[in-house]
Formats: sequence, structure tokens, C-alpha cells
Amino acid sequence: MSIEISGVGKRFGSFVALDDVSLSIPSGRLTALLGPSGGGKSTLLRIIAGLETADSGRVEIEGIDATGLPPQKRNVGFVFQHYAAFKHMSVRRNVAFGLEIRKRPKDEIKARVDELLDLVHLSQFGDRLPAQLSGGQRQRMALARALAVRPTVLLLDEPFGALDAKVRKELRDWLRRLHDEVHVTTVFVTHDQEEALEVADEIVVINEGRIEQIGSPDDLYDKPANDFVMRFLGPVTQLGDDLVRPHDLQLHTDSADPASVHGRVARITRIGFEIRVEVAPASGGQPVVVTLTRNEFLALGLDVDSPVSVRLSPAAQTVAAAPAGSASGEAKSTAAAGAA
Amino acid sequence: MGKPLKWTFRVVVVVYMFLLVAWPVFLVAKNAFADGFADISAILTDPDTAHALRLTVIVGVQAVIINTIFGVGISLLLVRYDFPGKRLLSALLDMPLSVSPIVVGLALVLVYNGRTGWFGPALESVGYQVIFATPGMVMATVFVALPLVIREVVPVLEEVGDEQEQAARSLGAGPVQTFRRITLPAIKWGVIYGVVLSLARSLGEFGAVKVVSGNVLGETRTATLVVEEKYLNFDKGGAYATAFLLALIAIACIVVVSIIRPKEQVK
Repeated sequence: MSIEISGVGKRFGSFVALDDVSLSIPSGRLTALLGPSGGGKSTLLRIIAGLETADSGRVEIEGIDATGLPPQKRNVGFVFQHYAAFKHMSVRRNVAFGLEIRKRPKDEIKARVDELLDLVHLSQFGDRLPAQLSGGQRQRMALARALAVRPTVLLLDEPFGALDAKVRKELRDWLRRLHDEVHVTTVFVTHDQEEALEVADEIVVINEGRIEQIGSPDDLYDKPANDFVMRFLGPVTQLGDDLVRPHDLQLHTDSADPASVHGRVARITRIGFEIRVEVAPASGGQPVVVTLTRNEFLALGLDVDSPVSVRLSPAAQTVAAAPAGSASGEAKSTAAAGAA
Repeated sequence: MGKPLKWTFRVVVVVYMFLLVAWPVFLVAKNAFADGFADISAILTDPDTAHALRLTVIVGVQAVIINTIFGVGISLLLVRYDFPGKRLLSALLDMPLSVSPIVVGLALVLVYNGRTGWFGPALESVGYQVIFATPGMVMATVFVALPLVIREVVPVLEEVGDEQEQAARSLGAGPVQTFRRITLPAIKWGVIYGVVLSLARSLGEFGAVKVVSGNVLGETRTATLVVEEKYLNFDKGGAYATAFLLALIAIACIVVVSIIRPKEQVK
């Protein structure tokens, strides 16, 4: 295990940022800390880096107790959301900073900087100042700077949060490919579940200073431990007492099926290739949201106010909905009953 | 519709600045050169006035060095750290701007005079005279110019933020390396402005220095005191010439900085 966190707690005044968190982060993998803002994930990352000190607990990096070590002795690379570029230094000098501090020979520094600028596709920008780069380029420079010193672990705090959607997506793919090349143990913080699902080998869901679930992207999406994880990782709708993904529901017009919820179409919204149908149950309560592909929708020939029935598709995943304000609901796995 | 109003404002501002600043300063220069270069060369060749000018520069430079070092340190303390009494310290730092310099002078005399002061007798018994000597004048000047560096550097430090410093730390730099390689270059222009303002203020200090120095001719008399002395003794030409030199140094500082400052600060 590369990073071993045991019993870490942190308060800011009366606000509990982290509540007795224990976590093992494996070597050589890309781990995402995922959760809503203010949930404590950035604080945990900063405690690993030594930029924040924990009130209690221990942090071990590659078997060395780092709890009391200042950041400059931990050999971690840290990438900030707003790049933290050294504005008065050229791109080359930014990347060389850690090596210059370590007093490496000049030609070794030059070779390493060239290698890294090549890796992040900034070779032709070496003599520019950070202000002359785009946001995406600045963040790649920051990554090269963090990687230059061959850190034991690479920590990224919402690395793509300040970038626009298109660049964010490009950098995401690029980070995944970079990690497959470099293999340094990487932890990144994000509140974007899509980003975590797409990039990470393993996801740690953190909420209100506690870990809700740890698992692979598939595990988390298919077997959410509770209703929080279920809600956070993707769209949900409520069918009876269960939470279910809208794409795990099927619509049909057979009003005699006892396993279905019957109702009327309340609203139809088209979002690109998918159609969202809101069904108001005849028994009252919250409308049920079902997403269909365009072809499925056209085959049903639905219109607003059409009578319709909703049922779970086979192998749909449901979680018991927790009553508002209570603790997380119990997970349960149902083979959808009454599949046609 | 807005145009006449805009022009009215411009004219009002220009007339105001002209009557309050430009015209009086110009008159000082004009009077300094009323007899050509005679008055200027007279004060430069007079050994007592030359000594006063030299003393002014020595005291001013020492005060600026002290204020710069402490100013940057206190700015870092105020912006980067939280501690009880921080707001009190911040308020205290503005006091030199609100307290009359003459009160500052009297206060320093009370604490450091050689006969009845708190520290004065002890210091004098080991051969270190504060009041009526250069150390006291430097202290008085440091006091009145204290907030200038701090008020320039604090907003710059706040704007720069501490992310670059954290990045440097995570890359292996210790506190001293981080300060020298990251913080100092980032606040460079704030420090330079602060130094220039402090220098201009220090060279022009009058009230506090007058009380503390004892105003001894050829020993502790500074340029501003020379101006007053000459003016009171009806040596108008000498007074204006000295005043002109003082103004010239201050204006030169500001001009030099506005020339060397980067045209547009890169954010």
C-alpha cells in the first residue's frame, strides 16, 4: 500500500472537515476522491501533502510515517486547481524549480526538463511566461513541474475545475493516458462524478467528512452502498420506495401488468439523443423519470397525458430511498420482478 | 449629454491641482533660481548646509532599510498568519499616520533621554546616546514612515495568494528558499513603491526630528531644519534653494519608479 491513512480527523473551528478517516491507497494506481464541495476531500488531499496538518491520526507514505513531516520533505507532487504557476518564471524554469532546489547538475536538469516538456506537449513553449499560456497549457505545465522531481505520489486538487468543458474533457483523456505511461501513484480530487468514473481505477466517495464507499467505477455505479452514493454517481428517480436509475426503467402500455406502476405522461423533454419522460403515478406521489432512446420513444408513440406503465428492466439496480434527513438507506439488489 | 459634465469635472480637478500643488511648487523652484544658480551653489558650498543634506540622506536611508525589512516581515505576518491581537496590531500600524510627528518626537524623548528616560540613562552609561544624536533621529523617522511599506505590500501579498508558496514547498523548497525565490519576486513592485514613498517621507520629516535631534548646527541639523532656520533668518534665497533640492530628490524618486515599472503588470 502506497498511502496509509489511519484515524485522521480535522476541524476548522466547529466545522468537522474530516471525521476519523482511514483509507489505504494502492501503489501505481489512479484513485479519485469524489464528493460534494465542503465534504472534506480536498482537506484530506492537503493533509496527505502536508499543506494542512491533521488534528489526529497518522499518514504513511510508502511505509514512512509522514504525519509530522513538512511538505518539502514528503516528496509528493501537488497540482492545484488554479495552477499556482510561478508567474515570474518561464515555463522551463517552472518545471526545473524542484530540481534546482535539489541542486541537481545543470545538464541533468536540462535533460529532465526537455523530457517532461515533451511529455506534456509544451516543448515549443519553454521560454514563454505562464501568462502567455492557455489554462489547459498552464495546467499541463503544473503537472510537468510536479512530475519533474519524480514524486512518490502525485496529488491533484480539482485539476480541471477551472477549465472550460471541452478542454476539461481533453485533459481528462490525456491524464488517463499519461498515467498509463508514467505509473506514479496518483490521487485526484473531483466533485464531477463523470470525471471520476471515466479516469479513475478506484473511487473513494467522501461526504460530510466520512468515507461513504470505496470501489472501482463499476462497483460504485452498479452496487452503490447507500442512497447517497447512488444519488451522487448519476441521475436517480424514485419508483415506489426504491431509488433507481431512469435508464433502468422501461415504459409500456400494458395496463394489466401487476408489477408495474401505472400513471400518465406528465412531461416529455428531449435532450439530444435521449428522451426524458416524466410519469405521474395514478397512486399519487413524485413523478417517475424514465429516459428512453429516441427509437424506443417513437415505437411507443407516447404523448403528454397518454396512460402508461413503468417497470424495472431486468438486472436493474435499486437502493431503498432513505426518508429525507435520515441516515443512508440500506443497499439491496433486486432482480427486477415480472420481467416480460 | 455627459460630455459637458465630464469637461466641467476635468477643469475643476485641473484648476484645483494647479492652485494647490503645481503652482506653489513651481514658485519654490522659481524663487530658488531667482538669482540664477547663486543660491544653489551657495548652499552646496556652505559646509553646514552640505552636512545637513548628507545627514538627511544618511538618516533617511537607514530608516528606509529598517522600515523595509520590518515592513515586509510584518506584512507577511499580517497576511499569512492568524494570531490573537492581529486586528489590534493592524490598527496600531496606522497610528504613525494619525499621530502628529511632534508628539512622536516628545514620546521618544520621554523614553530615551539621557537623564530621566526609561532606557536613556542605561544606554548612555554604556556610551550610546540616542536623543540629540543620529540613532534618535533614525528612530523618529522610522516611526513616522512605518506604515508606508506595509500598506503597499499587504494588498499585493493578498492578491498573489499563497498557492505559489505552497507549490514551492511541495516541490521541496524550505521557508527561506520559498521566500527568496517565490514570495519576494511576486511582491517586488509593492516593496519598491513602499521604499520610494518611505524615502520621500523620511527625507521630508520635520517635526519629530526637530524635537529629537536638538537641532545642533553642523551636527544634528537636517535639511528640513535648515530650510526653517534660513527662512526664519530672512535668508529666503537659501531657504528656497534647500527646499527645492529636497523636492527634487522626492520627485526624482517617483519619476524613476514610474519609468522603470512594467507598463502593464501581468496578472
